[in-house]
Amino acid sequence: MSEYSTPQGLAPGVISRRHATWRSYLVGFVAALVLTIASFAAASTNIVYGPSVPLLLGVLAIAQMGIHLIFFLHISSAPDQTNNVLALAFGVFVVGLTVFGSMIIMANLSHMMPTIGKLLEMQR
Amino acid sequence: MSAADLTADGGHETPLSEQGPAPKQVVVGYGFWLFLLSDIVIFSALFAAYAVLSDATANGPAGVRLFDRQRVFIETVCLLASSVTCGFGSLAVQKRNLTHAYVWLIATLALGASFLKLELSEFGAMMAMGAGPSRSAFLSAFYTLVGTHGLHVTAGMAWLIVMLTQLRTLGFQPMVRRRLFCFGLFWHALDIVWIGVFTIVYLGAH
Repeated sequence: MSEYSTPQGLAPGVISRRHATWRSYLVGFVAALVLTIASFAAASTNIVYGPSVPLLLGVLAIAQMGIHLIFFLHISSAPDQTNNVLALAFGVFVVGLTVFGSMIIMANLSHMMPTIGKLLEMQR
Repeated sequence: MSAADLTADGGHETPLSEQGPAPKQVVVGYGFWLFLLSDIVIFSALFAAYAVLSDATANGPAGVRLFDRQRVFIETVCLLASSVTCGFGSLAVQKRNLTHAYVWLIATLALGASFLKLELSEFGAMMAMGAGPSRSAFLSAFYTLVGTHGLHVTAGMAWLIVMLTQLRTLGFQPMVRRRLFCFGLFWHALDIVWIGVFTIVYLGAH
């Protein structure tokens, strides 16, 4: 394990604790499976109040991504993981900027776009 | 690490700034982590395109009529299980247990293949219904996003086949273990992207 770990930090996906790491994958699997079933149940049945389903799906998806990062990729808040966490934070920042930025800009453009009738009127 | 730690273990007195670059394992792992994050940024652009175009069905079929949630659920479980078998595989590689490594990595390959088979049969059924990528902007964005993920899975499986061959011919050399380590990161990252796909595309369909 020492070849993965140095004073400069740890490679992503490496655990500093040595024992029983197969347990981490099993715990992650069960937790991710529960969250997946919850997502599909929320979307396919009437258990949850309709208008709140998209928000719930978002929360469940982010929770499951967290489970994957912690139990499969072994990202943690340990000091030797700082480099990996900072890179991840920058990645999440760019992803958020791209997705929400595009959605806001495109919704705004579509809002400003005149209807066909209005366009014909303007050509007169 | 304090000054006391540095003097305690003897010949380790060079300051951190003068110890030279980190060992290859750490550099390779970190570099591959940066690649994965930029790969996820590519997916974020495709997600943005899908979110913007998901209502642009051009009087064609909408997602809710096309998608079969049961099939998507099985696909999700296949991918999730393959992530776990891949994790067990990398544990076996760390312990240099060749038989266990083969068993878990081949299980990963099989689960990846069944995911891909389900996805291709879904694409085939949709295209047979006349819902191909050229039908509407919504379907173009759908095939681009889900297809890019599928291509990544295909590339990962090709990579895994190469790694199984290298395990056979080269054994547990540091080079081979580094590559298998990166493969594990890649496979787990693909599973994270799939969470976004099944939540936004399949469960969010309306």
